[in-house]
Amino acid sequence: MAPVATPFFFYLLSGIMLIGGILVITRKNPVHSALALIVTLLAQASIYLMLYAPFVAGVQIILYAGGIMVLFLFVIMLVSIDRSIKERQFNSQWVVGIIAATALGGLFIAAFTKGDKIFPEHVLPMVENDNTQNIATLLYGQYMFAFEIASLLLLVAIIGAVVMAKKRI
Amino acid sequence: MLHITTLHYLVLGAALFLLGVIGVLTRRNVVIVLMSIELILNAVNLNLVAFSRLWGGLHGQIFAIFVITDAAAEAAVGLGILIAFFRNKETVNIDEVNLLKW
Repeated sequence: MAPVATPFFFYLLSGIMLIGGILVITRKNPVHSALALIVTLLAQASIYLMLYAPFVAGVQIILYAGGIMVLFLFVIMLVSIDRSIKERQFNSQWVVGIIAATALGGLFIAAFTKGDKIFPEHVLPMVENDNTQNIATLLYGQYMFAFEIASLLLLVAIIGAVVMAKKRI
Repeated sequence: MLHITTLHYLVLGAALFLLGVIGVLTRRNVVIVLMSIELILNAVNLNLVAFSRLWGGLHGQIFAIFVITDAAAEAAVGLGILIAFFRNKETVNIDEVNLLKW
């Protein structure tokens, strides 16, 4: 099925994403930042849908907006933010940070203006049906080893987080 | 309006990446620094899915899923470190972590 009004929705969603991102890095209260980040993640999930990636969009909503952000909000409730809200929000080397980020942006612009000819002229056709099924076939076939490594990584992360956050082992 | 190409998605990803980098380099609050790292990982994910669309395959989407797995692990461990740090120093400011500074 052909997408409807792609440019309009692309600019709308990227505007929401960028405004959310700016709010994330400028708000004083970490709870407001977390809520802005959730908006950004949801808009990005919609952009995944525009790129014919419904499974990744679902994983993004469930895992990111649902799981990781709840973890963030939980930790914000655990640490006391009353003192840090009243303090200076940017560190003393923020000028250097902005300069470094600007240099990185210049590098991106140079790469995008010089390097876009290596892309193919037309976007290659994509199988639109059975996205989840094809991902599962690849994930449990060709990427089996990486999948197992990822599960091991999650196990290590769980143990590490518990060991780190526990008061007395 | 113009047709949306892969380059549009890449520029959007680069902008999001830069926002994350600025957040990591300038903010003092550790929680917001961790959220900026999430922004960076999301920018990478957007690039991966856009390239996956460009080449008509699914490998980029699978890499995006692996990156999301890594982000979950990173968030869990980072927030665990944050809780341990807050218990010891009663602050969430990242520039007060200078025990290893010489």
